[in-house]
Amino acid sequence: MCAAPNPVARLGLAVLDAEEIRRALTRIAHEILERTHGGDEAVLLGIPTRGVPLARRLAARIGEFERLDVPCGSLDVTLHRDDLRLRPARALGRTELPVGGVDGKTVVLVDDVLYSGRTVRAALDALTDLGRPRTVQLAVLVDRGHRELPIRADYVGKNLPTSQRETVRVLLAEVDDTDAVVIGPARDAKNDATGGASASGGQA
Amino acid sequence: MKRHLISAADLSRDDALLILDTAEELGRIADRPIKKLPTLRGRTVVNLFFEDSTRTRISFEAAAKRLSADVINFSAKGSSVAKGESLKDTALTLEAMGADAVVIRHGASGAAHRLAGWVRGSVVNAGDGTHEHPTQALLDAVTIRRRLRGPGQDGRGLDGVRVTIVGDVLHSRVARSNVLLLSTLGAQVTLAAPPTLLPLAVGSWPCSVSYDLDSELPKSDVVMMLRVQRERMNDSYFPSVREYSRRYGLDATRMALLPEHAIVMHPGPMNRGVEIAADVADSPRSTIVEQVANGVTVRMAVLYLLLGGAELPGVSQ
Repeated sequence: MCAAPNPVARLGLAVLDAEEIRRALTRIAHEILERTHGGDEAVLLGIPTRGVPLARRLAARIGEFERLDVPCGSLDVTLHRDDLRLRPARALGRTELPVGGVDGKTVVLVDDVLYSGRTVRAALDALTDLGRPRTVQLAVLVDRGHRELPIRADYVGKNLPTSQRETVRVLLAEVDDTDAVVIGPARDAKNDATGGASASGGQA
Repeated sequence: MKRHLISAADLSRDDALLILDTAEELGRIADRPIKKLPTLRGRTVVNLFFEDSTRTRISFEAAAKRLSADVINFSAKGSSVAKGESLKDTALTLEAMGADAVVIRHGASGAAHRLAGWVRGSVVNAGDGTHEHPTQALLDAVTIRRRLRGPGQDGRGLDGVRVTIVGDVLHSRVARSNVLLLSTLGAQVTLAAPPTLLPLAVGSWPCSVSYDLDSELPKSDVVMMLRVQRERMNDSYFPSVREYSRRYGLDATRMALLPEHAIVMHPGPMNRGVEIAADVADSPRSTIVEQVANGVTVRMAVLYLLLGGAELPGVSQ
C-alpha cells in the first residue's frame, strides 16, 4: 500500500492489524473472565513461540479489568508432537509453570493459530505429565479450519476461512517487532519438505 | 547435525550450542515428578560396550529410557564377542535387529568410525580407545556454562573462559574431546601435564601446553583433573604415583591458588589421593556430582537431536 517496502506486505495480505488484534484479545480476556467465573482458578499457558506473548497479553488485560493476577506460563509441546519424524529435529522451547502448578486449576492453553489441532493434542499430553487440571480450555487468535482431530477452541480471536495451500502467519511485537495476521501464498513443496524456519511463523 | 556423533570435531559451534541449549531445557524436566517423555517411543537404542563402564552406560541407558526408547544393553563379557565374534559381525547382528542408534564404547581408537560405515542407524561414540569421548566434553561444557555464567545462557558459548586440563592427556579421550569442543565454543584451553603424558601431536591441537601446574592455576576459571589411567600404563610414565600426585595432584593448598570463582572438574571415576585429594573432591567448588546429572540430560539431547527428527535427506542409502 505504501511506497516504502513494508515487511508485512511482503509476506502477503494482512487480515488483522495491531488495533484489531488488540480488540480481539480484549474480547477474549472478557470471555475468559466470564467462563471461569471471575478467573479465580484460571492459569494461562502459552504454547511457544507466539502463544507465550499472547498469554502474557491476556493476563495483563485480565489484570487491568479485574485487578486480578492470573498466573501465566508457557508449555512447550515439541517432545510430544506426532510429526517429529516429518522434519529434522527442532530446538526445544521453554516450559515454565507458574508457582502453584496446574493441579485443580482451569488451564487456558493459548496459541496463535489453530489449524490441524495436532499442536493442541500434543499440549494436552504434555499437560498430563505436569499435573491434573480441573478443566482445560483453548484460546487462539486465529482459527483457520482444516482440523485433523476432534478439537475445537473455546475462545477465538478471528475465524479465518483459508485454503490448505495458503499460509497464515501471526506476527507479534514481542517476537517480530510488529503486530499483524497475514495470509500468504502457498509455500512451494520444496520448502515444505525441509520444513525450514519459515514454518515457525505461527504455523499451527 | 550430522547423523553420527563420532568426534567433537564434527560439531560446528551452532551444533554444539544446539545440544547445550537442548540439554538445558531437558534438565528442567529432571525436576518434575514425571520425567518420562514419549519422544523416542518405538525406537531402539543399543548400548554396545566392549569396555567396562558403569557411569557412561547407565547414563546413556537413563537418557534413552527417559525419552521412551527401548534399550538393549550389550556388553562384551559373556557375549558372542567372548567367543571371538568380530566387530563387523556384531554390527551386522545389531543391524538385523533394527537398532536405530548404537552407542559404542570400545578399546580401539576409531571403532565408532568403523561401525558407522556398517550400520544404518546413528552411531554415538561413548569412548573409543584413547581417541574421543564427545558426550563427556558436551556435559563438561554444559557444567562450565551453568556454573560460571549462571542460567539463561541459551545460544551463548564459552568465549574467554580459561580451562586448564591436568594430567594424563596421552591416554585421555576426555582431554582430546574437551580440547576440540571447548575451543570450538571459544574457551582458551591449556594442558598441564608431565612431558611423558602428552601426545606427540599436541602441537597441532587448538590449545597451549604447560609443564608447570602451579603457574597455570591462578589464571584458570576451570581446572579439569584427568584420571591417572593405571590400566593403560604399560610403561613407566612417571617415577612413582606419589611423585605424580606431588607435582600434578590437586590438593587443598593448590586449590587455594585458584581464583575465587574457579571450579574443579573430574570426569570420574576418581583416584582419590592420586590426581585429586578427597577434601578437594568434596569441596563446594567441585562439580563432579553435577557433571553426572548433566551427563544424562546431554545424552538425552544428543539422542533426541540424532533420532527425534526426520532422517536427513541424502544420507541414508
